[in-house]
Amino acid sequence: MTKSAIHTSVHEPLDVEKIRADFPILHQTVHGCRLAFLDNAASSQRPQSVIDAISHYYEHDHANVHRGVHTLSHRATDAFEGARRKVQQFINAASTSEIVFTSGTTEAINLVAASFGHAFSAGDEILISYMEHHSNIVPWQLLCERTGATLKVAPINESGELLVDRLVDLMSEATRLVAITHVSNALGTVNPVDQIVAAAHARDIPVLLDGAQAIAHTPIDVQSLDCDFYAFSGHKMCGPTGIGVLYGRESLLERMPPWQGGGEMILRVSFEDTVYNRLPYKFEAGTPNIAGAVGLGAAIDYLNTIGMCRIESYENDLLRYATEQLSAIENVRLIGTAAHKAGVISFLIDNIHPHDLGTVLDHQGVAIRTGHHCAMPVMDFFGVPGTARASIAFYNSRQDIDQLVAGLAVATGMFA
Amino acid sequence: MNEQANSLQDIYRKKVLEHSRQPHNFGRPADVDQEATGFNPLCGDKVSIYLQISGNEIQKAAFEGTGCAICIASASIMTDALTGQPVEKAQQLGNQVHAMFKDGSAVQDEALEDMAALASVRHYPSRIKCATLAWTTAAAALSGDTKQVSTEN
Repeated sequence: MTKSAIHTSVHEPLDVEKIRADFPILHQTVHGCRLAFLDNAASSQRPQSVIDAISHYYEHDHANVHRGVHTLSHRATDAFEGARRKVQQFINAASTSEIVFTSGTTEAINLVAASFGHAFSAGDEILISYMEHHSNIVPWQLLCERTGATLKVAPINESGELLVDRLVDLMSEATRLVAITHVSNALGTVNPVDQIVAAAHARDIPVLLDGAQAIAHTPIDVQSLDCDFYAFSGHKMCGPTGIGVLYGRESLLERMPPWQGGGEMILRVSFEDTVYNRLPYKFEAGTPNIAGAVGLGAAIDYLNTIGMCRIESYENDLLRYATEQLSAIENVRLIGTAAHKAGVISFLIDNIHPHDLGTVLDHQGVAIRTGHHCAMPVMDFFGVPGTARASIAFYNSRQDIDQLVAGLAVATGMFA
Repeated sequence: MNEQANSLQDIYRKKVLEHSRQPHNFGRPADVDQEATGFNPLCGDKVSIYLQISGNEIQKAAFEGTGCAICIASASIMTDALTGQPVEKAQQLGNQVHAMFKDGSAVQDEALEDMAALASVRHYPSRIKCATLAWTTAAAALSGDTKQVSTEN
Protein backbone atom coordinates (compact mmCIF):
# COMPACT_ATOMS: atom_id res chain seq x y z
CA MET A 1 0.00 0.00 0.00
CA THR A 2 1.31 3.42 -0.90
CA LYS A 3 1.76 6.21 1.60
CA SER A 4 -1.04 8.26 0.07
CA ALA A 5 -3.46 5.35 0.36
CA ILE A 6 -2.61 5.04 4.05
CA HIS A 7 -3.25 8.71 4.60
CA THR A 8 -6.58 8.79 2.79
CA SER A 9 -7.87 6.01 5.05
CA VAL A 10 -6.88 7.79 8.24
CA HIS A 11 -10.37 9.09 8.96
CA GLU A 12 -12.07 5.72 8.65
CA PRO A 13 -12.59 4.34 12.14
CA LEU A 14 -10.72 1.20 12.93
CA ASP A 15 -12.96 -1.86 13.32
CA VAL A 16 -11.33 -3.51 16.32
CA GLU A 17 -13.53 -6.61 16.32
CA LYS A 18 -12.59 -7.29 12.70
CA ILE A 19 -8.93 -6.82 13.58
CA ARG A 20 -9.17 -9.07 16.63
CA ALA A 21 -10.44 -11.85 14.37
CA ASP A 22 -7.02 -11.79 12.64
CA PHE A 23 -5.22 -12.69 15.90
CA PRO A 24 -5.89 -16.33 16.87
CA ILE A 25 -4.09 -16.07 20.22
CA LEU A 26 -6.55 -13.49 21.54
CA HIS A 27 -9.45 -15.94 21.40
CA GLN A 28 -8.77 -18.04 24.46
CA THR A 29 -9.61 -18.10 28.12
CA VAL A 30 -7.09 -17.85 30.95
CA HIS A 31 -8.16 -19.18 34.35
CA GLY A 32 -11.61 -19.48 32.83
CA CYS A 33 -11.79 -15.80 31.85
CA ARG A 34 -11.64 -13.99 28.51
CA LEU A 35 -8.01 -13.06 27.79
CA ALA A 36 -7.33 -9.32 27.99
CA PHE A 37 -3.77 -9.05 26.71
CA LEU A 38 -2.31 -5.77 27.96
CA ASP A 39 1.39 -6.61 27.89
CA ASN A 40 2.11 -5.39 24.37
CA ALA A 41 5.06 -3.20 25.33
CA ALA A 42 6.88 -6.39 26.29
CA SER A 43 5.86 -8.22 23.13
CA SER A 44 2.94 -7.93 20.75
CA GLN A 45 0.89 -10.76 19.23
CA ARG A 46 0.85 -11.93 15.62
CA PRO A 47 -1.95 -11.97 13.07
CA GLN A 48 -2.63 -15.18 11.16
CA SER A 49 -1.01 -13.70 8.05
CA VAL A 50 2.37 -13.48 9.79
CA ILE A 51 2.10 -17.03 11.12
CA ASP A 52 1.10 -18.21 7.62
CA ALA A 53 3.97 -16.35 5.96
CA ILE A 54 6.50 -18.08 8.22
CA SER A 55 4.88 -21.49 7.67
CA HIS A 56 4.72 -20.92 3.91
CA TYR A 57 8.37 -19.95 3.84
CA TYR A 58 9.43 -23.11 5.68
CA GLU A 59 7.01 -25.32 3.73
CA HIS A 60 8.00 -24.07 0.28
CA ASP A 61 10.91 -21.69 0.01
CA HIS A 62 13.61 -22.29 2.59
CA ALA A 63 17.26 -22.56 1.64
CA ASN A 64 20.27 -20.46 2.55
CA VAL A 65 20.35 -17.01 1.01
CA HIS A 66 22.60 -15.09 -1.37
CA ARG A 67 24.99 -17.68 -2.79
CA GLY A 68 22.93 -20.61 -3.99
CA VAL A 69 22.29 -21.19 -7.68
CA HIS A 70 19.27 -23.40 -7.15
CA THR A 71 15.62 -22.41 -7.18
CA LEU A 72 14.93 -22.54 -3.47
CA SER A 73 17.94 -20.39 -2.70
CA HIS A 74 16.66 -17.81 -5.19
CA ARG A 75 13.25 -17.87 -3.58
CA ALA A 76 14.69 -17.56 -0.07
CA THR A 77 16.91 -14.67 -1.20
CA ASP A 78 13.99 -12.92 -2.87
CA ALA A 79 11.87 -13.35 0.27
CA PHE A 80 14.66 -12.10 2.54
CA GLU A 81 15.60 -9.11 0.39
CA GLY A 82 11.93 -8.41 -0.25
CA ALA A 83 11.48 -8.09 3.50
CA ARG A 84 14.39 -5.65 3.61
CA ARG A 85 12.66 -3.50 0.98
CA LYS A 86 9.45 -3.56 2.99
CA VAL A 87 11.34 -2.35 6.06
CA GLN A 88 13.03 0.37 4.01
CA GLN A 89 9.69 1.63 2.69
CA PHE A 90 7.99 1.28 6.09
CA ILE A 91 10.43 3.69 7.74
CA ASN A 92 11.15 5.63 4.52
CA ALA A 93 14.90 4.99 4.52
CA ALA A 94 16.70 6.29 1.44
CA SER A 95 18.09 2.88 0.49
CA THR A 96 18.04 -0.81 1.46
CA SER A 97 21.78 -0.40 2.13
CA GLU A 98 20.72 1.39 5.30
CA ILE A 99 18.63 -1.52 6.63
CA VAL A 100 20.69 -3.96 8.71
CA PHE A 101 18.87 -7.00 10.06
CA THR A 102 19.72 -7.80 13.67
CA SER A 103 18.18 -10.06 16.31
CA GLY A 104 16.35 -7.09 17.81
CA THR A 105 16.71 -3.60 19.23
CA THR A 106 19.25 -4.76 21.80
CA GLU A 107 21.57 -6.20 19.18
CA ALA A 108 21.11 -3.15 16.98
CA ILE A 109 22.26 -0.84 19.79
CA ASN A 110 25.13 -3.17 20.66
CA LEU A 111 26.16 -3.09 16.99
CA VAL A 112 26.40 0.71 17.08
CA ALA A 113 28.25 0.62 20.40
CA ALA A 114 30.75 -1.95 19.09
CA SER A 115 31.26 -0.51 15.62
CA PHE A 116 30.52 3.21 15.73
CA GLY A 117 31.90 3.34 19.29
CA HIS A 118 35.09 1.55 18.21
CA ALA A 119 36.95 4.84 17.76
CA PHE A 120 35.79 6.42 21.05
CA SER A 121 38.44 7.16 23.65
CA ALA A 122 38.98 8.82 27.02
CA GLY A 123 37.47 12.29 27.02
CA ASP A 124 34.65 11.31 24.67
CA GLU A 125 31.10 11.39 25.98
CA ILE A 126 27.92 9.47 25.20
CA LEU A 127 24.70 11.20 26.17
CA ILE A 128 21.59 9.25 27.18
CA SER A 129 18.57 10.01 29.35
CA TYR A 130 17.28 8.88 32.72
CA MET A 131 14.34 7.04 31.13
CA GLU A 132 16.30 4.59 28.98
CA HIS A 133 15.67 0.85 28.87
CA HIS A 134 18.65 -1.15 30.12
CA SER A 135 19.42 -2.00 26.49
CA ASN A 136 20.17 1.67 25.83
CA ILE A 137 22.27 1.99 28.99
CA VAL A 138 24.40 -1.12 29.42
CA PRO A 139 25.92 -1.28 25.89
CA TRP A 140 27.23 2.28 26.47
CA GLN A 141 28.54 1.39 29.92
CA LEU A 142 30.43 -1.54 28.39
CA LEU A 143 31.76 0.77 25.67
CA CYS A 144 32.88 3.27 28.32
CA GLU A 145 34.69 0.48 30.18
CA ARG A 146 36.47 -0.55 26.98
CA THR A 147 37.40 2.89 25.73
CA GLY A 148 37.53 5.20 28.75
CA ALA A 149 34.64 7.28 27.38
CA THR A 150 32.13 8.80 29.82
CA LEU A 151 28.37 8.27 30.01
CA LYS A 152 26.29 11.41 30.64
CA VAL A 153 22.66 11.16 31.68
CA ALA A 154 20.00 13.83 31.11
CA PRO A 155 17.35 14.09 33.85
CA ILE A 156 13.55 13.73 33.75
CA ASN A 157 10.83 15.47 35.75
CA GLU A 158 8.10 14.12 38.06
CA SER A 159 5.74 13.64 35.11
CA GLY A 160 8.30 11.43 33.43
CA GLU A 161 9.22 13.97 30.77
CA LEU A 162 12.74 14.43 29.53
CA LEU A 163 14.23 17.80 30.49
CA VAL A 164 15.28 18.68 26.97
CA ASP A 165 17.02 21.90 28.01
CA ARG A 166 19.20 19.92 30.38
CA LEU A 167 19.89 17.37 27.66
CA VAL A 168 20.97 20.14 25.30
CA ASP A 169 23.12 21.69 28.04
CA LEU A 170 24.94 18.37 28.34
CA MET A 171 25.81 18.38 24.62
CA SER A 172 29.38 19.52 24.13
CA GLU A 173 32.34 19.15 21.84
CA ALA A 174 33.14 15.94 23.70
CA THR A 175 29.76 14.38 22.90
CA ARG A 176 30.21 11.66 20.28
CA LEU A 177 26.67 10.32 20.27
CA VAL A 178 23.23 11.09 21.72
CA ALA A 179 21.26 7.88 22.31
CA ILE A 180 17.65 8.47 23.34
CA THR A 181 14.50 6.44 23.42
CA HIS A 182 11.71 7.60 21.10
CA VAL A 183 9.01 6.28 23.49
CA SER A 184 9.71 5.21 27.09
CA ASN A 185 8.78 1.58 27.75
CA ALA A 186 8.24 2.17 31.48
CA LEU A 187 6.41 5.51 31.35
CA GLY A 188 4.97 5.82 27.84
CA THR A 189 6.55 9.25 27.39
CA VAL A 190 7.00 10.29 23.75
CA ASN A 191 10.19 12.30 23.52
CA PRO A 192 10.47 15.38 21.29
CA VAL A 193 12.93 13.62 19.03
CA ASP A 194 12.77 16.23 16.23
CA GLN A 195 13.91 18.88 18.66
CA ILE A 196 16.63 16.62 20.10
CA VAL A 197 17.98 15.67 16.67
CA ALA A 198 18.02 19.32 15.56
CA ALA A 199 19.89 20.42 18.69
CA ALA A 200 22.42 17.60 18.36
CA HIS A 201 22.99 18.13 14.65
CA ALA A 202 23.53 21.84 15.25
CA ARG A 203 26.57 20.67 17.22
CA ASP A 204 27.51 17.95 14.68
CA ILE A 205 26.55 15.17 17.11
CA PRO A 206 24.91 12.08 15.61
CA VAL A 207 21.75 10.70 17.22
CA LEU A 208 20.59 7.14 17.81
CA LEU A 209 16.89 6.67 18.53
CA ASP A 210 15.68 3.55 20.35
CA GLY A 211 12.45 2.93 18.47
CA ALA A 212 11.44 -0.33 20.16
CA GLN A 213 8.31 1.17 21.70
CA ALA A 214 7.53 3.65 18.92
CA ILE A 215 7.65 1.51 15.80
CA ALA A 216 4.25 -0.18 16.24
CA HIS A 217 2.41 2.90 17.45
CA THR A 218 3.24 5.79 15.13
CA PRO A 219 4.39 6.28 11.52
CA ILE A 220 8.18 6.41 11.35
CA ASP A 221 10.03 8.35 8.66
CA VAL A 222 13.75 8.26 9.35
CA GLN A 223 14.49 10.89 6.70
CA SER A 224 12.01 13.28 8.24
CA LEU A 225 13.28 12.48 11.76
CA ASP A 226 16.77 13.04 10.35
CA CYS A 227 18.20 10.64 12.95
CA ASP A 228 21.47 8.83 12.25
CA PHE A 229 20.47 5.46 13.72
CA TYR A 230 17.04 4.01 14.46
CA ALA A 231 16.74 0.64 16.22
CA PHE A 232 13.64 -1.55 16.59
CA SER A 233 12.41 -5.10 17.11
CA GLY A 234 10.10 -7.24 14.99
CA HIS A 235 8.28 -8.84 17.90
CA LYS A 236 6.91 -5.54 19.18
CA MET A 237 5.26 -4.85 15.81
CA CYS A 238 3.40 -8.12 15.22
CA GLY A 239 6.46 -9.82 13.73
CA PRO A 240 8.51 -12.75 15.02
CA THR A 241 10.96 -12.70 17.92
CA GLY A 242 14.66 -12.83 17.06
CA ILE A 243 14.49 -10.32 14.22
CA GLY A 244 15.08 -6.60 14.42
CA VAL A 245 16.48 -3.72 12.46
CA LEU A 246 19.21 -1.15 12.68
CA TYR A 247 18.62 1.74 10.34
CA GLY A 248 21.86 3.64 9.84
CA ARG A 249 22.66 6.66 7.72
CA GLU A 250 24.65 5.28 4.79
CA SER A 251 27.52 7.75 5.12
CA LEU A 252 28.04 6.61 8.73
CA LEU A 253 27.61 2.89 8.06
CA GLU A 254 30.18 3.13 5.26
CA ARG A 255 32.80 4.46 7.66
CA MET A 256 32.04 1.97 10.44
CA PRO A 257 34.07 -1.26 10.79
CA PRO A 258 32.34 -4.67 10.86
CA TRP A 259 31.43 -5.80 14.35
CA GLN A 260 31.21 -9.56 13.80
CA GLY A 261 33.20 -11.65 11.36
CA GLY A 262 32.05 -14.65 9.38
CA GLY A 263 30.24 -15.64 6.25
CA GLU A 264 27.91 -13.22 4.43
CA MET A 265 29.88 -10.17 5.55
CA ILE A 266 32.87 -10.73 3.24
CA LEU A 267 33.57 -10.46 -0.48
CA ARG A 268 36.89 -12.29 -0.46
CA VAL A 269 38.91 -13.98 2.25
CA SER A 270 42.55 -14.94 2.22
CA PHE A 271 44.90 -15.35 5.13
CA GLU A 272 46.68 -12.16 4.12
CA ASP A 273 43.72 -9.94 3.38
CA THR A 274 39.94 -10.01 3.69
CA VAL A 275 37.63 -7.70 1.78
CA TYR A 276 34.38 -6.86 3.51
CA ASN A 277 31.06 -7.01 1.76
CA ARG A 278 29.10 -3.91 0.80
CA LEU A 279 26.28 -2.48 2.91
CA PRO A 280 24.26 -3.75 4.60
CA TYR A 281 25.89 -7.20 4.46
CA LYS A 282 29.07 -5.94 6.11
CA PHE A 283 27.08 -5.99 9.35
CA GLU A 284 25.28 -9.30 8.83
CA ALA A 285 27.79 -12.08 9.57
CA GLY A 286 26.52 -15.64 9.36
CA THR A 287 23.28 -17.09 8.04
CA PRO A 288 20.62 -14.54 8.93
CA ASN A 289 17.21 -15.09 10.50
CA ILE A 290 15.55 -15.52 7.11
CA ALA A 291 12.18 -16.73 8.37
CA GLY A 292 12.21 -13.93 10.92
CA ALA A 293 12.71 -11.36 8.18
CA VAL A 294 9.94 -12.95 6.11
CA GLY A 295 7.62 -12.78 9.11
CA LEU A 296 8.60 -9.16 9.74
CA GLY A 297 7.82 -8.35 6.11
CA ALA A 298 4.37 -9.93 6.52
CA ALA A 299 3.84 -7.92 9.72
CA ILE A 300 4.67 -4.72 7.85
CA ASP A 301 2.20 -5.68 5.10
CA TYR A 302 -0.43 -6.23 7.76
CA LEU A 303 0.25 -2.92 9.54
CA ASN A 304 0.13 -1.14 6.18
CA THR A 305 -3.28 -2.55 5.34
CA ILE A 306 -4.57 -0.90 8.52
CA GLY A 307 -2.38 2.18 8.28
CA MET A 308 -0.06 3.51 10.96
CA CYS A 309 -1.91 6.83 11.19
CA ARG A 310 -5.16 5.03 11.97
CA ILE A 311 -3.37 2.81 14.47
CA GLU A 312 -1.90 5.85 16.21
CA SER A 313 -5.23 7.62 16.31
CA TYR A 314 -7.08 4.55 17.63
CA GLU A 315 -4.47 3.81 20.28
CA ASN A 316 -4.37 7.41 21.47
CA ASP A 317 -8.11 7.29 21.95
CA LEU A 318 -7.88 3.99 23.84
CA LEU A 319 -5.02 5.33 25.99
CA ARG A 320 -7.13 8.37 26.87
CA TYR A 321 -10.00 6.09 27.84
CA ALA A 322 -7.76 3.85 29.94
CA THR A 323 -6.12 6.83 31.64
CA GLU A 324 -9.54 8.29 32.50
CA GLN A 325 -10.78 4.97 33.86
CA LEU A 326 -7.70 4.35 36.00
CA SER A 327 -7.48 7.95 37.21
CA ALA A 328 -11.04 7.66 38.47
CA ILE A 329 -10.01 4.89 40.90
CA GLU A 330 -9.23 6.44 44.24
CA ASN A 331 -6.22 4.34 45.28
CA VAL A 332 -4.44 4.34 41.90
CA ARG A 333 -1.25 6.36 41.40
CA LEU A 334 -0.15 6.80 37.80
CA ILE A 335 3.62 6.73 37.22
CA GLY A 336 4.37 8.70 34.08
CA THR A 337 1.93 11.49 33.28
CA ALA A 338 3.74 13.18 30.40
CA ALA A 339 1.67 15.45 28.19
CA HIS A 340 2.61 13.35 25.16
CA LYS A 341 2.35 9.59 25.74
CA ALA A 342 1.92 6.43 23.72
CA GLY A 343 0.61 3.00 24.59
CA VAL A 344 1.73 2.60 28.20
CA ILE A 345 0.10 3.15 31.59
CA SER A 346 2.36 2.45 34.56
CA PHE A 347 0.61 2.57 37.92
CA LEU A 348 0.60 1.56 41.56
CA ILE A 349 -2.26 0.71 43.88
CA ASP A 350 -1.98 1.66 47.54
CA ASN A 351 -0.90 -1.24 49.73
CA ILE A 352 -0.78 -3.80 46.92
CA HIS A 353 2.59 -4.90 45.62
CA PRO A 354 2.68 -4.96 41.79
CA HIS A 355 3.46 -8.69 41.77
CA ASP A 356 0.42 -9.54 43.85
CA LEU A 357 -1.62 -7.34 41.56
CA GLY A 358 -0.21 -9.16 38.54
CA THR A 359 -1.22 -12.54 39.96
CA VAL A 360 -4.71 -11.39 40.93
CA LEU A 361 -5.26 -9.86 37.46
CA ASP A 362 -3.92 -12.99 35.75
CA HIS A 363 -6.60 -14.95 37.56
CA GLN A 364 -9.13 -12.75 35.84
CA GLY A 365 -7.60 -13.21 32.40
CA VAL A 366 -5.81 -9.85 32.40
CA ALA A 367 -2.16 -9.99 31.33
CA ILE A 368 -0.09 -7.00 32.47
CA ARG A 369 3.60 -6.55 33.27
CA THR A 370 4.83 -6.01 36.80
CA GLY A 371 8.30 -5.07 38.02
CA HIS A 372 11.00 -2.68 36.93
CA HIS A 373 10.44 -3.07 33.16
CA CYS A 374 14.21 -3.17 32.53
CA ALA A 375 14.34 0.49 33.52
CA MET A 376 15.65 0.39 37.10
CA PRO A 377 16.88 4.02 37.06
CA VAL A 378 13.32 5.13 36.29
CA MET A 379 12.03 3.11 39.26
CA ASP A 380 14.72 4.64 41.49
CA PHE A 381 13.73 8.12 40.31
CA PHE A 382 10.12 7.56 41.38
CA GLY A 383 11.25 5.76 44.55
CA VAL A 384 9.35 2.56 43.77
CA PRO A 385 10.63 -1.02 43.42
CA GLY A 386 8.46 -1.51 40.38
CA THR A 387 5.10 -0.73 38.85
CA ALA A 388 2.17 -2.47 37.27
CA ARG A 389 2.13 -1.66 33.57
CA ALA A 390 -0.76 -2.03 31.14
CA SER A 391 0.33 -1.50 27.55
CA ILE A 392 -2.00 -1.40 24.60
CA ALA A 393 -1.99 -2.35 20.94
CA PHE A 394 -4.46 -1.55 18.17
CA TYR A 395 -6.17 -4.93 18.70
CA ASN A 396 -7.10 -4.03 22.26
CA SER A 397 -10.64 -2.86 22.86
CA ARG A 398 -12.38 -0.87 25.56
CA GLN A 399 -13.56 -4.22 26.86
CA ASP A 400 -9.92 -5.07 27.71
CA ILE A 401 -9.62 -1.84 29.70
CA ASP A 402 -12.94 -2.47 31.45
CA GLN A 403 -11.74 -5.97 32.37
CA LEU A 404 -8.55 -4.45 33.83
CA VAL A 405 -10.55 -1.95 35.87
CA ALA A 406 -12.86 -4.69 37.17
CA GLY A 407 -9.81 -6.76 38.07
CA LEU A 408 -8.34 -3.88 40.04
CA ALA A 409 -11.54 -3.65 42.05
CA VAL A 410 -11.25 -7.35 42.94
CA ALA A 411 -7.62 -6.87 43.97
CA THR A 412 -8.46 -3.86 46.09
CA GLY A 413 -11.21 -5.85 47.80
CA MET A 414 -8.84 -8.72 48.55
CA PHE A 415 -6.00 -6.67 49.99
CA ALA A 416 -8.08 -3.98 51.71
CA MET B 1 -6.17 -25.82 33.66
CA ASN B 2 -6.17 -29.08 35.68
CA GLU B 3 -4.65 -28.90 39.16
CA GLN B 4 -3.26 -25.43 38.55
CA ALA B 5 -6.74 -23.97 38.50
CA ASN B 6 -6.38 -22.73 42.04
CA SER B 7 -8.62 -19.98 43.13
CA LEU B 8 -7.16 -16.68 44.20
CA GLN B 9 -8.33 -17.46 47.70
CA ASP B 10 -6.10 -20.52 47.59
CA ILE B 11 -2.90 -18.55 46.97
CA TYR B 12 -3.87 -15.52 49.05
CA ARG B 13 -5.28 -17.37 52.03
CA LYS B 14 -6.47 -15.45 55.05
CA LYS B 15 -3.38 -16.51 56.97
CA VAL B 16 -1.09 -15.16 54.24
CA LEU B 17 -2.89 -11.83 54.05
CA GLU B 18 -2.79 -11.49 57.85
CA HIS B 19 0.96 -12.07 57.98
CA SER B 20 1.60 -9.69 55.06
CA ARG B 21 -0.51 -6.90 56.53
CA GLN B 22 0.89 -7.18 60.02
CA PRO B 23 4.12 -9.12 59.83
CA HIS B 24 5.47 -10.68 63.01
CA ASN B 25 9.02 -10.06 64.22
CA PHE B 26 9.47 -7.07 61.90
CA GLY B 27 12.42 -4.81 62.68
CA ARG B 28 16.05 -5.15 63.58
CA PRO B 29 16.58 -6.24 67.20
CA ALA B 30 19.14 -4.38 69.34
CA ASP B 31 21.48 -7.36 69.49
CA VAL B 32 22.02 -9.47 66.42
CA ASP B 33 24.41 -12.42 66.32
CA GLN B 34 24.02 -13.39 62.71
CA GLU B 35 22.36 -11.67 59.77
CA ALA B 36 22.11 -11.76 56.02
CA THR B 37 20.33 -9.81 53.29
CA GLY B 38 18.62 -11.43 50.34
CA PHE B 39 17.61 -9.78 47.10
CA ASN B 40 15.47 -10.84 44.18
CA PRO B 41 16.85 -8.82 41.27
CA LEU B 42 13.94 -9.81 39.04
CA CYS B 43 11.31 -8.09 41.15
CA GLY B 44 13.23 -5.93 43.61
CA ASP B 45 12.18 -7.82 46.74
CA LYS B 46 14.70 -7.36 49.53
CA VAL B 47 14.73 -9.10 52.91
CA SER B 48 17.19 -8.87 55.81
CA ILE B 49 17.14 -11.67 58.37
CA TYR B 50 18.39 -11.12 61.93
CA LEU B 51 19.14 -13.97 64.31
CA GLN B 52 19.92 -13.95 68.02
CA ILE B 53 21.68 -17.21 68.78
CA SER B 54 22.57 -18.50 72.23
CA GLY B 55 24.47 -21.74 72.47
CA ASN B 56 22.99 -23.77 69.69
CA GLU B 57 19.51 -22.25 69.83
CA ILE B 58 17.89 -19.42 67.90
CA GLN B 59 16.57 -17.18 70.67
CA LYS B 60 14.91 -14.82 68.25
CA ALA B 61 14.49 -14.51 64.51
CA ALA B 62 13.42 -11.19 63.00
CA PHE B 63 13.38 -9.51 59.61
CA GLU B 64 13.05 -6.28 57.70
CA GLY B 65 12.38 -5.73 54.05
CA THR B 66 10.11 -4.86 51.19
CA GLY B 67 8.30 -7.21 48.93
CA CYS B 68 5.02 -8.65 47.78
CA ALA B 69 2.46 -10.21 50.12
CA ILE B 70 3.87 -13.70 49.53
CA CYS B 71 7.43 -12.62 50.31
CA ILE B 72 6.51 -10.74 53.48
CA ALA B 73 4.10 -13.43 54.73
CA SER B 74 6.73 -16.11 54.21
CA ALA B 75 9.32 -14.08 56.15
CA SER B 76 6.86 -13.40 58.95
CA ILE B 77 5.85 -17.05 59.25
CA MET B 78 9.48 -18.14 59.05
CA THR B 79 10.64 -15.90 61.88
CA ASP B 80 7.85 -17.34 64.07
CA ALA B 81 8.89 -20.86 63.08
CA LEU B 82 12.61 -20.41 63.68
CA THR B 83 12.39 -18.68 67.04
CA GLY B 84 13.28 -21.18 69.74
CA GLN B 85 14.65 -23.80 67.36
CA PRO B 86 18.08 -25.44 67.55
CA VAL B 87 20.25 -24.30 64.63
CA GLU B 88 20.32 -27.77 63.11
CA LYS B 89 16.53 -28.02 63.27
CA ALA B 90 16.20 -24.64 61.58
CA GLN B 91 18.20 -25.95 58.64
CA GLN B 92 15.94 -29.01 58.43
CA LEU B 93 12.85 -26.80 58.42
CA GLY B 94 14.33 -24.80 55.57
CA ASN B 95 14.87 -28.00 53.59
CA GLN B 96 11.26 -29.03 54.17
CA VAL B 97 10.02 -25.67 52.91
CA HIS B 98 12.14 -25.85 49.77
CA ALA B 99 10.85 -29.40 49.16
CA MET B 100 7.26 -28.21 49.58
CA PHE B 101 7.69 -25.67 46.79
CA LYS B 102 9.77 -27.98 44.62
CA ASP B 103 7.76 -31.20 44.57
CA GLY B 104 4.67 -30.42 46.60
CA SER B 105 5.61 -32.64 49.54
CA ALA B 106 3.66 -31.72 52.65
CA VAL B 107 5.57 -29.99 55.43
CA GLN B 108 5.89 -32.42 58.33
CA ASP B 109 6.84 -30.27 61.23
CA GLU B 110 4.33 -28.60 63.51
CA ALA B 111 6.47 -25.44 63.48
CA LEU B 112 5.69 -25.08 59.78
CA GLU B 113 1.92 -25.27 60.13
CA ASP B 114 1.40 -21.70 58.87
CA MET B 115 3.79 -22.23 55.94
CA ALA B 116 1.31 -24.74 54.54
CA ALA B 117 -0.90 -21.75 53.74
CA LEU B 118 1.65 -20.84 51.06
CA ALA B 119 1.80 -24.34 49.53
CA SER B 120 -0.20 -23.48 46.41
CA VAL B 121 2.41 -20.88 45.44
CA ARG B 122 4.24 -23.80 43.85
CA HIS B 123 1.72 -23.69 41.01
CA TYR B 124 2.98 -20.20 40.17
CA PRO B 125 6.58 -20.72 39.03
CA SER B 126 7.24 -16.98 38.78
CA ARG B 127 6.24 -16.52 42.42
CA ILE B 128 8.13 -19.37 44.15
CA LYS B 129 11.21 -17.16 44.61
CA CYS B 130 9.01 -14.66 46.46
CA ALA B 131 8.13 -17.39 48.95
CA THR B 132 11.64 -18.82 49.36
CA LEU B 133 13.67 -15.59 49.57
CA ALA B 134 13.42 -15.31 53.38
CA TRP B 135 14.31 -18.98 53.85
CA THR B 136 17.31 -18.83 51.53
CA THR B 137 18.49 -15.69 53.30
CA ALA B 138 18.04 -17.29 56.74
CA ALA B 139 20.13 -20.27 55.63
CA ALA B 140 22.88 -17.85 54.59
CA ALA B 141 22.66 -16.08 57.97
CA LEU B 142 22.93 -19.43 59.78
CA SER B 143 25.97 -20.47 57.78
CA GLY B 144 27.64 -17.11 58.43
CA ASP B 145 27.58 -16.22 54.73
CA THR B 146 27.53 -12.44 54.90
CA LYS B 147 27.60 -11.62 51.22
CA GLN B 148 24.30 -10.58 49.73
CA VAL B 149 22.09 -13.49 48.77
CA SER B 150 20.49 -13.42 45.34
CA THR B 151 17.69 -15.59 44.02
CA GLU B 152 19.48 -15.59 40.68
CA ASN B 153 22.73 -17.28 41.74
